[in-house]
Amino acid sequence: MITLNALIAVCLTYVVFLFAVAFVAERSALRGRVRWVRAPLVYTLSLSIYCTAWTFYGAVGSAARSGFEYLTIYLGPSLVMIGWWWVLRKLVRIGRSQRITSVADLVSSRYGKSNLLAICVTILAVIGTTPYIALQLQSVTLSFEVFAQPGVPSPEEGQRSYTALWVAVGLAIFTVIFGTRNLDANERHHGVVMAIAVEAVVKLAALMAVGIFVVWGLSGGVAETLARIDSSELGQWQMDGGRWAGLTLLSAAAFLCLPRMFQVLVVESDDEGHLRTASWAFPLYLMMMSLFVVPIAVVGLDLMPPGSNPDLFVLTVPLATGQEGLAVLSFLGGFSSATSMVIVAAIALSTMVSNHIVMPIWLRLTGGGASVSGDVRSVVLLARRLSIAGVVGLGYLYYSLSGGGTALATIGFVSFVGMAQVLPAMLGGIFWRGATRTGALGGLITGFTIWIYALFLPSIGSGALPDAVMTEGLFGLAWLRPQALFGIVGLDPLLHALLWSMTLNVITFVVFSLASFPSPLERLQGAQFVNVFDHSGGPRSWAGGVAQTEDLMIMAQRILGAPEAQALFEREARRQGTRGPLPDPTPDFLESLERVLSGSVGAATAHAMVGQIVGGMSVSVEDLMAVADESAQLMEYSARLETQSNELSRTARQLREANQKLTRLSVQKDAFLTQISHELRTPMTSIRAFSEILRDSTGLTAGEQIKYASIIHDEAIRLTRLLDDLLDLSVLENGQVHLNLRQGKLGEVLDRAAAAANDGGLSLRIRRDARREQVMLNTDLDRLSQVFINLIANARKYCISDQPELSIQVTDDSDLLFIDFVDNGEGVSAEAQDMIFEKFARVSDSQAGGAGLGLAISRQIMTRLGGGIVYLPGHKGAAFRVMLPRNYAMAAQ
Amino acid sequence: MQKHVLVIEDEPNIIEAISFILSRDGWSVRTHSNGVTAVETVLARKPDVVILDVMLPGKSGYDILRELRDLPETRDLPILMLTARGQTKDRELAERAGVSHFMTKPFSNAEVIEAVRALVAPVSDPP
Repeated sequence: MITLNALIAVCLTYVVFLFAVAFVAERSALRGRVRWVRAPLVYTLSLSIYCTAWTFYGAVGSAARSGFEYLTIYLGPSLVMIGWWWVLRKLVRIGRSQRITSVADLVSSRYGKSNLLAICVTILAVIGTTPYIALQLQSVTLSFEVFAQPGVPSPEEGQRSYTALWVAVGLAIFTVIFGTRNLDANERHHGVVMAIAVEAVVKLAALMAVGIFVVWGLSGGVAETLARIDSSELGQWQMDGGRWAGLTLLSAAAFLCLPRMFQVLVVESDDEGHLRTASWAFPLYLMMMSLFVVPIAVVGLDLMPPGSNPDLFVLTVPLATGQEGLAVLSFLGGFSSATSMVIVAAIALSTMVSNHIVMPIWLRLTGGGASVSGDVRSVVLLARRLSIAGVVGLGYLYYSLSGGGTALATIGFVSFVGMAQVLPAMLGGIFWRGATRTGALGGLITGFTIWIYALFLPSIGSGALPDAVMTEGLFGLAWLRPQALFGIVGLDPLLHALLWSMTLNVITFVVFSLASFPSPLERLQGAQFVNVFDHSGGPRSWAGGVAQTEDLMIMAQRILGAPEAQALFEREARRQGTRGPLPDPTPDFLESLERVLSGSVGAATAHAMVGQIVGGMSVSVEDLMAVADESAQLMEYSARLETQSNELSRTARQLREANQKLTRLSVQKDAFLTQISHELRTPMTSIRAFSEILRDSTGLTAGEQIKYASIIHDEAIRLTRLLDDLLDLSVLENGQVHLNLRQGKLGEVLDRAAAAANDGGLSLRIRRDARREQVMLNTDLDRLSQVFINLIANARKYCISDQPELSIQVTDDSDLLFIDFVDNGEGVSAEAQDMIFEKFARVSDSQAGGAGLGLAISRQIMTRLGGGIVYLPGHKGAAFRVMLPRNYAMAAQ
Repeated sequence: MQKHVLVIEDEPNIIEAISFILSRDGWSVRTHSNGVTAVETVLARKPDVVILDVMLPGKSGYDILRELRDLPETRDLPILMLTARGQTKDRELAERAGVSHFMTKPFSNAEVIEAVRALVAPVSDPP
């Protein structure tokens, strides 16, 4: 016979092993090696906390008492997993996109983040779960007793309480260590989940081992076992259709609503895809768990003495047949079932209690001054640890007070009905946009009240409700009897409570929802929840966790600039009356923020940005910030757009002009080079031709020789003159010319010029007015003379007249001196007048022998001298006006 | 029988040089210096070969060349073009207009004589 001490040693070893598993998993997750920690199988096994000690021990008891009814508690979850996995997927998706931390958080968040609802659900969950935790403590304690005094319940109340206390303390410590190691926003606990997965394997293995032992070891095979079942009471068991359906529905509802189930299903979920595996693997697990329940029950009823607790057949049957090792394994299976449930339930409840009850109170007491500093985290951790201790403590207290007298299965169902009250608000919230906070609160309170009155209080046993109330009804009203409400008598108390609580819950929920009008934030959240698959692009990790308002603030700062954004938020915070600098992201504020932002980035973008931060978070905050930065830059650009576009068009025009000028210059340069080539080649052609003639031809006369040599000589001079002119022009055009300023009379300059130009004959007669030429000049007299020579030479060359005559007249303007050169020739045609000042622009044929640079040079010179030269239209002959500033000193720079 | 050369050129010294060397080579040389009347002069004089300048007063040598090539009488007339504008595009322009031979100034007298001879008797000339 195994001693109690040995059992305790085994138990402790097992707990140490669980610690190790949790520790390794936690470390792996921290190091990012999360693949094996986040496997779909682990997720599926973690769901097995549905199978608590109640299922492990109680199912056999239930089968012994009520036949196949125990199957309903497996059927409900299986149906949900297989048929409603899309509901679960929606819950998981919402949980991710809204960063849901618990079932209370889900309901509260859906209905406009109402803390009142959160508190209601939390209280409901605590009240509903406390008996359940007590149940686990009871089962562990009972199983210890089986080993201490096999088959006989211990009469020592103190000893039993003592065991339960130590179990409770141990579980609380384990939960605190692995449930609140750190305060992640995501609320996931890889270590705990992994330990639970291991426990799931242990309890399945234990139950299967006992089952196999019973079927093949005790009954002698499958056929014999089936025969035994047929001959037993269970074989004659008749199915109660109503109760069967009710319990299936109840377990299905509980599967969705139980805090610990929500914790593993939604909060601890890493990957939506794991649901796919779980949808077949979890029902399979449940099927295996239920496979040997009936054989164990039947054999137990046969084998054990009458009056034995059927809830403990899993333990007592192996012990009674001397299979101590199997009994220890079975004990560990039960222990695993109990501990995993308590741990996860404690984590889930402590999250609710600390988030929705402790923290709001603490913040109210401290005035919220620490709401952004780091010490909040330690406060939350402390609150959570205390909550864990409190939840487990409550369970222990319930266990102590109730004395563990009630059958395990009943406690479980009571708990189920309580948590099922959340179902209408939860499902309505994710599928019906019309559901409102008022409806949810009304339905919840209605169902909760009926549950307390009709099921919970009566379940505690006599004393919780006065006997008079039980039999006569509240206030003596018969229709208010707890187990016969509205005069419905004869119904199973559990079914009765379930029927009334759920019916009235749903009716109240629907009617109140239809009658009330949701707040804007509720509508917003409702849309987010109901249309979660439209809002969120795809599965996303829980990573992140910055408060929405902070994100909005950062975004607004990037768009509006820090001072303006801060002013806006502070203004709103004052208006809302919130503590701290940040306002709540109410729909009104979001709307006004959107309006302000749309002034900067356009309405659609602003709407999308605010919607993304507030809504499904399908785009990361970083992405949004990038968009915001770009938008801000765009804003800056668009603000400067007008000036820039003006500048641009101006620049474009300038560029166009410059380009045209360059093209013109390029064409001019080409034309100029072609001209130079022509002007140089022509005299060179004569020179070469005649020099070859002189060299090669025999018999040239002396006259011919002299003539040809003279041509060579003249052409050489012409070439030189051309080169001189080109150089002169080049210097003048480049502005490198050095002016030699001297004093002199205009008449004297003209005298010299006439003499130089009219060299070699007096074919041109020049008329002058000497009196008007007595003007003193202070200029470059040589350059001015060059211009005069050119004009007189031109007249000589081009004036076609019988008696060519050039008239030089001097007139005074206010600050300019005009010197006009007018001949009596045919003049210059109107078209030619525009181009005579261009280079190589010879009007007529080349008889005159000039290179066509004279007027171009003259114009350059006059420009340098601060004056100008123009053609004077309106005269019969050619007429040029030279303009000279009166005070050259001023113009000469 | 003496062959006729018509020199259409406006630079007097060049006219004199070409007239001199071709006369000495046994050609009958006539000259013309106006672009506008050049085509009718060619038609009137019916030369065996024409030496044509490009930059002529009144009308460019290219235009004169094109007009001559459009006329049946002068379609195959040997025309030697002499120009002071020696760029590639000038040569291309002349070739498109149908020039028989193209030379740039300054030229070698011997080359001019050779070119004129080749133009007049291209087939009978030994290679």
